[in-house]
Amino acid sequence: MSATAAALRPAEANDPACAHCGAPTPRGGRFCCTGCAAAFETIQGLGLGRYYRQRVLDPDRRAPRPDDGAPRRDLTAHVVSQPDGTQALSLAIDGLQCGACVWLIESVLARDTRVLTGRVNMTTRRLRLVWRGAAEDAAALVGRIEALGYRLIPFEPGALAAAQDRRGVELIRALGIAGFAAGNVMLLSIGEWAGLMQDMGPATRALLHWITALLALPAIVLAGRPFFASAIAVLRRGRTNMDVPVSLGVLLVAGISLADTFADGNHTYYESALMLLFFLLLGRVLDHRARFRARATAEQLLALRGAMVTVRLADGTLEPRRPEAVAPGEHVLVGMGERIGIDGVLEAGETTLDASLVSGESLPVAASAGAAVFAGTLNLGPPITIRATATGGATLLAECARLIEAAEARRGRFVLLADRIARGYVPVVHVTAATAFAGWMLAGATTGQALLIAAAVLIVTCPCAVALAVPAVQVIAASRLFRAGILLKSPTALERLAEVDRVVFDKTGTLSEPALALEPVAEADRPALQEAAAMAVTSRHPLARALVAAVGPVAAADGVTEHPGQGLSCGAARLGSAGFCGVPGGQGSELWFTRPGHAPLRFGFVERPREDAAAVVATLARLGLAPLVLSGDRPGAVERLARAVGVAQWEAGLSPPGKLARIEAMAASGHRVLMVGDGLNDGPALAAAFVSASPASAADISQTVADLVFQGEHLAPVTRALTMARRARRAMRQNLVLALGYNVVMVPLAAAGWVTPWLAAAAMSASSLLVMGNSARLWRVRW
Amino acid sequence: MVVILYLLGISLTMGSLGLALFLWSLRSGQYDDLDGAAERVLFEDE
Repeated sequence: MSATAAALRPAEANDPACAHCGAPTPRGGRFCCTGCAAAFETIQGLGLGRYYRQRVLDPDRRAPRPDDGAPRRDLTAHVVSQPDGTQALSLAIDGLQCGACVWLIESVLARDTRVLTGRVNMTTRRLRLVWRGAAEDAAALVGRIEALGYRLIPFEPGALAAAQDRRGVELIRALGIAGFAAGNVMLLSIGEWAGLMQDMGPATRALLHWITALLALPAIVLAGRPFFASAIAVLRRGRTNMDVPVSLGVLLVAGISLADTFADGNHTYYESALMLLFFLLLGRVLDHRARFRARATAEQLLALRGAMVTVRLADGTLEPRRPEAVAPGEHVLVGMGERIGIDGVLEAGETTLDASLVSGESLPVAASAGAAVFAGTLNLGPPITIRATATGGATLLAECARLIEAAEARRGRFVLLADRIARGYVPVVHVTAATAFAGWMLAGATTGQALLIAAAVLIVTCPCAVALAVPAVQVIAASRLFRAGILLKSPTALERLAEVDRVVFDKTGTLSEPALALEPVAEADRPALQEAAAMAVTSRHPLARALVAAVGPVAAADGVTEHPGQGLSCGAARLGSAGFCGVPGGQGSELWFTRPGHAPLRFGFVERPREDAAAVVATLARLGLAPLVLSGDRPGAVERLARAVGVAQWEAGLSPPGKLARIEAMAASGHRVLMVGDGLNDGPALAAAFVSASPASAADISQTVADLVFQGEHLAPVTRALTMARRARRAMRQNLVLALGYNVVMVPLAAAGWVTPWLAAAAMSASSLLVMGNSARLWRVRW
Repeated sequence: MVVILYLLGISLTMGSLGLALFLWSLRSGQYDDLDGAAERVLFEDE
């Protein structure tokens, strides 16, 4: 013990970095822990040392440090045996930093002769593993990667994600076809326009028209399908969206051009129709990519935590199972430091539970046999047995789920800016085209001439710029937010965020850090703290983890024994509960540390506001959005934290329906509320709010309900998302003004019959580029 | 002016070839991981 203590000292900024994970190494060694040393050895041994030279470590992401204490999972249940005798497994990867990680994982897998395919998808952060052999080999293969510091979680290739991908492929295919056809048709059209200025013969022109038609018509049908399908779908429901005028314009223009080709006229607009499709599809593809990525990442975050529960069968055997597969009445074992996966009743034993994610209560509560426990609660005490109760009964989860459903049903459907514009814009366009047609007919033009002019009106008004005005902005805003770790899950979230005029925070886990923090320790007690941390390193208990987190990386002491639910011993030294250490019990969350010859030492743990919570509250106040705190915790705790971060208004002791009622009252008085919360008890309030956000540490149900999910330790994503949303709304409006201005100039020209095909094509491209260029300014927004 | 026919034929054949290649690359999953593709170019194959 004393040898360990002598070697220990606090980590300092100028300590050398661990050669594997990059964390400071307090003892001046090359590695911060034995796991990292082993990982380094493995990588060098395989001759993959280039990994260290080529990687770029992102301090905001989880360092690739092997975690010996990570729960072991039974993977065989997830392995799919394929007809050709190979085994396949899909896994989500946590800890991917950059391309070097991808290379390292794939190279390590390639060295294993059993592995047929080991491919990492960096976009979705998933690994697809196919090998020859037994399903049980999965543990060994996955173990090799986990030993390098990554975490792998079996992932069910969900039905939703697969369907999403198909849509992405369909859009890219349509884009490719539109691009090919638009390019070639444009080539021919330029030849034709040049011919018009010289003296192209009618036969040559007709030939060009026919070839153009043969290229353009099938391409329009294939590339236009996403628009036609969407337009038909909304028309069936008696509404319109931007796809209606796009579809109508493209089809009318194609029809008129075909008629003109038959009649051997000199105005075909195939290239305009195709270019329109190409530009719009480009927007759709980017939009889909941004959204798909955000949703895939959000799914991943939940999957990463999707823990198995341990069911104890009647004959005493233990079986890992997914929480939803547990039947009421079955017994579930929950180890120390494990999160309870199901709702139930505590069968036997006494324990301490951390219900902060469920009720917002920041201090652990004692529970004894017969107490109701809820999924999401953390077991701080000894291993307990829970009898599962029926979900859908009177459980808190079921109650919250019901409240959420009701709140979502009451919340009005938000109409996107683009769709609101479409409602006004579409009739105007069609009436203008019809008027131009009628006017020219009355003025004595032939039906063909009048139709052509009507088509020209449709083409120039065809909402190329209008239809791009909103999506172009959304794509860039969503991508920027994604890079900052903010996942926009709902397509309307950005526009709703821009209209927020009230911000409501939950306290526990939202304004405060999800984990408890060590209270300041007197300078004289620092050496003792180091010793205690060296013991605590071996434990998964949340308080032990908090103790280690406060000290920084330390080497584990030798010979530590864990006494579940009580504490740790190492020789004569003890670290644990008051009872375990033989001292009178204190209050709140605490660990006691006793050694022979020293007075017992108490380490207290408190809730600490997120590092930047006060700054975020100040920024919100500057934006005119003074926040309000609604908490389920006790008034004292709420007041203390509210004061610490500078929030003037707060309410404590609120039940889930209480929070819901407060949010709905604010909505009824005309406020547009942004609710930020993480607990199960925040779920209904999140669903009722105008727009909602959750940290990635939130309860599953809250994360599912929230419109945006933000990753990382900070609260700044809330203000960043608000700033970006407001800038995006401004850019959208500018774009719409630009697009409408273009129409004001071009429509009279078209109605007067002065717009030739080449002028229409040029004007359309110019306006689209203008709108995209204006949107691109969002890349430079500072926050 | 027969030359136009040759040129049209050649350009359309080349264009169609490009389109076919694009559809093939799409089908073989080369657009599934664009972020990864951007990084993979920096590393040698093992």
